This record gives sequence, structure tokens and C-alpha cells, in this order.
Amino acid sequence: MTLFRNRKTQRHHLLGLALGVIGLAIIPMGSASALTLKTQTVELPTSTRVFPGDSAGAKAANTYCLMCHSAGMVMNQPDLPKATWLVEVNKMKNAFKAPIPDDQVSVIADYLDSIKGKK
Amino acid sequence: MTLYPTDDDRRTRRQFLQTAATGLGLLALSRQALAAQTIELPLPGGPDTRRLTTAFPGKGQMILQRTRPPLLETPWSVYDKGVFTPVDEFYVRWHWADIPTTMDPHTHKVRISGHVDKTLEFTVFDLMKNFKHVELAAVNQCSGNSRGYFQPRVPGGEWSNGAMGNARWVGVRLKDVLDAAGVKPGAVQVQFEGSERPVVPTAPNLKKSLSVDHARDGEVMIAWEMNGQALPLLNGFPFRLVVPGWYATYWTKMLQHIRVLDHEDTNFWMHPAYTIPDNWPQANMTPGEKDVKFVPINRMVPRSFVTNLANGAKVGAGRPELVRGIAFGGDTGVKSVDISLDGGKTWTPTQLGRDYGKYSFRQWSTHVKLPKGEQTLLVRCTNSDGLQQPMTPNWNPGGFMRNVVESTQLIAV
Repeated sequence: MTLFRNRKTQRHHLLGLALGVIGLAIIPMGSASALTLKTQTVELPTSTRVFPGDSAGAKAANTYCLMCHSAGMVMNQPDLPKATWLVEVNKMKNAFKAPIPDDQVSVIADYLDSIKGKK
Repeated sequence: MTLYPTDDDRRTRRQFLQTAATGLGLLALSRQALAAQTIELPLPGGPDTRRLTTAFPGKGQMILQRTRPPLLETPWSVYDKGVFTPVDEFYVRWHWADIPTTMDPHTHKVRISGHVDKTLEFTVFDLMKNFKHVELAAVNQCSGNSRGYFQPRVPGGEWSNGAMGNARWVGVRLKDVLDAAGVKPGAVQVQFEGSERPVVPTAPNLKKSLSVDHARDGEVMIAWEMNGQALPLLNGFPFRLVVPGWYATYWTKMLQHIRVLDHEDTNFWMHPAYTIPDNWPQANMTPGEKDVKFVPINRMVPRSFVTNLANGAKVGAGRPELVRGIAFGGDTGVKSVDISLDGGKTWTPTQLGRDYGKYSFRQWSTHVKLPKGEQTLLVRCTNSDGLQQPMTPNWNPGGFMRNVVESTQLIAV
């Protein structure tokens, strides 16, 4: 098996070396094997974008769609047939459990068709 | 290595490519100004404008496909830099918005349970200590890479071609970890689940499964290192599954659970999500076609791209012009990369760059002499199994597995 090579011996040696030099506050540069794993804490960007308009559809989209994903996901979609939008909204409700009331499914689909409908 | 230019050449060329983005002057601008830049993806029917963002931790300038949960595409110019994709420019794709924002490698554990002799838990340091380390170069490609080029268009992440990357992964063999737990007779599949969670608690966690034989093939890995660095949190820190030759949907990030199943996994994410028409390698059907049998997406198929010349690029007429790019064979290596200047009637082989193993990108290059005028350059990869990229694009409702022969329009002047 030539795809893999055993790096354990080499890595253990280098890891020990790396730990040693880190103790001296010297960070080894350019050595791929001197990997140290430290806690990663991140802040993820948020989006303030909302669906345009003040129709019932825009309000419903802002209430339910934005719970799980930013508006850009929809705004980057191509124009799609209304039937496709209805399938998408139903998928969000049924498969992905978005708490969209039954009577709001077609309201949202109509709204998406109005901003992203394929005529 | 003569395939690639010196740093000076590269800087000049990239500066040229970035003219719309004000070239190197942008280095002096603020992060906010950088974030305001946009890029055009030539998606049929649009919308094709995307923001470029530097706002994501561990990431350089990326194409913003979605802020939450993050979908970040690698800008195309990155693939011309070399055979391995820089970690900070490696694409990012999450399904659910509840992503742990703190990951402590000393406390995060992967738990091996289910149809095994004993349940085990390992931190990344436990894995490092207890199992043999292995390294493998492999392409990680989103199932829906290039979805934005499907016609008719389909809903989903509207990627251009930048939802892929190549890295040298270091970790341990999944086989060794499974053997430590002791897979019981009668095991059928092995299921993988990471630490991301849906915002709505009743929604299905992302879980993906491989056959037990595949999971124990000695190639599937748990990796904590990519291209010599720790995985950025957004690429799955502290470790992720590496499934060489298979689409990235199986490469579970922030791996938390490995469950050995004594039955086939029928969860939503195996079926109907991420399924393709049952005619691999085509994954093809007619829009609206009824009674199509769908199966879970699986092995990748060959692809090849030009990286040094964009669509519409001007090149010199009547003299040799360098064309180069990358290719990968899918689930096996690259046998050849050929180009055609006559619409696919005749093909000419290119020179292949260094072979980093059958799951890696392979660079290719050649020189072409073009007559004056508009020319179309086609590039086609043939893999080691003899599988060639098709001349016509596939279609399926998920927008999966696109691998049509790519064409680049050039203007020879």
C-alpha cells in the first residue's frame, strides 16, 4: 500500500520537539509536522437582510424562513416555477420541520413566486 | 517544476485577473471595503452577482453563497495557484445553523457505538496516541458543485465550480478505530453524525452512512490535519471523516458519532436527500420524468478544468499559448487529460503534472496555437478505469454530479 505513509515515529519526535520549543515561547515556522491543536472559538457573521416588501407573504417569509437560514439563500436562487417554490416550502415544513402554519404555505410560495417566479 | 509560474509571474497575472477588484491596491483597504466587493458567476439566467467576503473565521476572501448556515465558495483563481487548495480558501458548506462556535479538542469526543463489542470514545489526542497515522491526498467535492449551471435550473446552493478542494489529509484509518471497538458479525452500515444541529429541534440531524465494507476498506480516515494545518472550525475542527473518491456529503465534519448498524440506514439524509437517478456515472434523467429510481449519491466521476484562462480571455494568435489546469479522476486516478479545438472531433493529450495519488487533483498543461478569431477550447479527463467526461451535461432535480466536458471561449488576436 503506497498511498499511505506511516508518520507516527516522525511526528512523535517532532511533536516532542515542538512542545519543547513552545515552552521557550518560540513558534516553529514552516514545519507541517509541528501541528498543535488548540481550542477554536469563533464568531460567525450574521445577516440583517430581510425579504423585501411588507406584504403578508414577505412577513411570513421573514418569520419562518429566517429562523433557519439567511435571506441570501433565497435571493441567490434563480427564477423558478411556482410549483417548484411550493415543493420547496413544503420541504421546509415537512422534512425540515419549519413551524409554518398550514395556511401560510401557499402565502409564502406565492410571495417567492412574486419575487423569484419563472414566468 | 516548470508547469507553474514563479511568484512574480503569478502576482502579475493575478493582478491582471483582479483588475475589476482594483488589483493590489485593495490590500490597503479595510475589511469592510473588501467585503463590499462582488464577483460575477456566469450562471444561466442569473442571478450571478455574489459578494466576496473576508468575514468568516479562518477563511480568506470567499464567495458568499449564504451567510447562515455558511456556504462559502472558493474563488476560481485559487485553483491556478497549485495542486493543493489553501486551507483558508477551501470551500465551506453547512446544513444546519446551530454550529458549535467553541471547539475544545481536549473535550470533544467521537463515540463509536451500536453493533460493536464495546463502546469507545476518543478525543483527537486519543486518536493520535492510539492509532497509526496516515496521510492521503484527496479531493473533497460537494455533491452539488456546479449546480448553478444546471438547465433547467434547480433549487439549492447555486454554486459555480468552486465547491471543491484538494488537500493532504492526516489522521487515522477508520478501520483501525472500528477494529478497536470490534465490529460484530451482521453489521451492515456505519453511520456518521457531526456536532451541527438544526435550529428546530425536531428537524433531522445530518447523518450519513457507508457500507461496513467501505468503512473498513483502510482508505476512509478520520483526519485532524489538512495541508499541514489544523482544520478550521468551519471545515470540521477537530476532525472530520475523509472518504476518498466519494462526494463530500459523506465527509462528516466535527465527527461526533460513529454508529455501527445491523440494518440499512433509511434516515432522511440518505433517502430522499442526496439521491441520484440509478444510472451512475450519468446520474441523468429528463426533467419531469416519472418513475425514476433514486439511490444515494456515491462515487465521484472525472472532471477537468482550465485554470489559467477565463472565458473570453484574449490570447495571442498563431503562436504557442500556455493552457493549464486541474483534473481529477473521481473514484480513481487520472489517466489522461485531452483538449480539443474542433468541438470534440479530435483530441490532443496534455502533459500531466506530478501524481499525488489517485484521489488528488492532477495538474495538466499544454501549449495551443490558435488561428485568429473566437475559438472554443474543450478539456476532457479520462480516468484510470477508462471513464471519460461526457460531451452533454446531465440533469437531475438535486443538481448533483455535474461533470460535462468544460468549454472555454478564447479570443485569439
